[in-house]
Amino acid sequence: MSAFAGSEANETFVLNLGPQHPATHGVLRVKLTMDGEYIVEAEPVLGYIHRMHEKMGENRTWAQFLPNTGRMDYLHALAYNHGYVSVVERAAGIAVPERAEYLRVITAELNRVSSHLLWFGAFILDLGGFSPLLYAFDDREHILDLLESVTGSRLTYCYFRFGGVYNDIDDNFVAGTQAFIKRLRGRMPMYHNLVTKNIILMTRLKEIGPISAEMCRKYGATGPVCRGSGINFDVRKHEPYSIYPEFDFDVPVYEQGDSMARYMVRMDEIEQSLRIIEQALDKLPEGPVMADKVPKILKPAKGDYYHAVETARGSFGVRVVSDGSNTPYRLKLRSPTFSNLSLFGEACRGMLLPDALALMGSLDLVIPEIDR
Amino acid sequence: MIDYLREIISGTWSLFVGLGITIRYFFQPVVTVQYPYQTLPMTPRFRGHIELVKDEETGETRCIVCGMCQKACPSNCITVNGEKREGVKGKVLTEYRLDFTKCSLCGLCVESCTPKAITFSKDYNLAGVRKEAYIFDLKKRLEAKNR
Repeated sequence: MSAFAGSEANETFVLNLGPQHPATHGVLRVKLTMDGEYIVEAEPVLGYIHRMHEKMGENRTWAQFLPNTGRMDYLHALAYNHGYVSVVERAAGIAVPERAEYLRVITAELNRVSSHLLWFGAFILDLGGFSPLLYAFDDREHILDLLESVTGSRLTYCYFRFGGVYNDIDDNFVAGTQAFIKRLRGRMPMYHNLVTKNIILMTRLKEIGPISAEMCRKYGATGPVCRGSGINFDVRKHEPYSIYPEFDFDVPVYEQGDSMARYMVRMDEIEQSLRIIEQALDKLPEGPVMADKVPKILKPAKGDYYHAVETARGSFGVRVVSDGSNTPYRLKLRSPTFSNLSLFGEACRGMLLPDALALMGSLDLVIPEIDR
Repeated sequence: MIDYLREIISGTWSLFVGLGITIRYFFQPVVTVQYPYQTLPMTPRFRGHIELVKDEETGETRCIVCGMCQKACPSNCITVNGEKREGVKGKVLTEYRLDFTKCSLCGLCVESCTPKAITFSKDYNLAGVRKEAYIFDLKKRLEAKNR
């Protein structure tokens, strides 16, 4: 990072980044106080796409909130689906058949890979490289086709249900997923040669946008952001849910804390997700995909329940308070990107504007999820 | 000094490696589909807007006007109306209105339907200039299809 050259006269100006700016990937506004090309102060302004998801949840039945979960983080919709169904299953005491849990893990991990691929393309696009986006979308298209064949939609899946999944997979899906794993493994060296080892990318990311472990803890950052700063925390490993304990996978952790570290965490996570999918397909048990005796009108027992899942962006938690009626009394959604964005103001102080945009890209922001 | 030169050489080499990859991909077959000249078949489970299923025996709808889909819908986009007719057991469907402008294609209505009277259509080429074009009367659509 270049040294901060503050001017003597202390003259600053305000620069609005967004709310319509290609680098913010959505309607996020960042109010930047600039001293020349250097950032003195950055203040994210939220609320441009607030849709009151929490309040909507409190005004409809438990099942009717299901399609909303996919609309928060449209890039990793299935993990959000997973978080919500898990907490309601915990509240209502519904046991999920093993095959359904396997299907949940397989589809959620496929979705994670597709999310990381899209981030990869968009991040390089932010830095000025166009071709990697097209290659990443080529691979992502295969995942979307696979998920469409089983869930019926391509982006905002609503596949999980209380007590299982919507419908079973077929042999075509299994064969297609295995072929896709082989294909993506063959393509990863290409991505590394084309992008990771590229000198322009390395100089734009290495030692740029350092985020310390301390800062991550202070703001509650999770996911690849905290793992890129040396904090080994992954909900799948450290607060295991579903059937993740049955799989052998590593949590990639990098100590450097710069944008490159966060980039490497995500690239390694793609490989780890492929490992999980592979093991899940090998072990896939036979049986029903839906628990029997799930009441049509759900009325979970009175109480306060919380469940967290690991999404592509970090730990997503759902807290529901049930008063025993057919609607939640309170629904609180803890979204990872909100915490990850909060540290941006402190992290980018004294940075050059293009470096700050690289840092923002490496946080992997999904705006509808920040605002909910 | 040596490190500096080495970085310049390896850095320049990395650019050529990247160029080599893009050139190689340039000569590989095109992966995109030239829509609308070419289209792909929709997968069997594709979730389009809903439509009424034709009963093979009677040629009519299977809907029994129980209103479960109406209740299950998170966005209140389904209105089902029926009436009692003499000599017919149960209610007869008179109108099945779907406000597609509000539908989020979650599929909860299809799941809630006990007589399996509704299903997903394969329509994806929907375009219109008026909001009213997306308020479908599914009963009329079924009748038009039967004709």
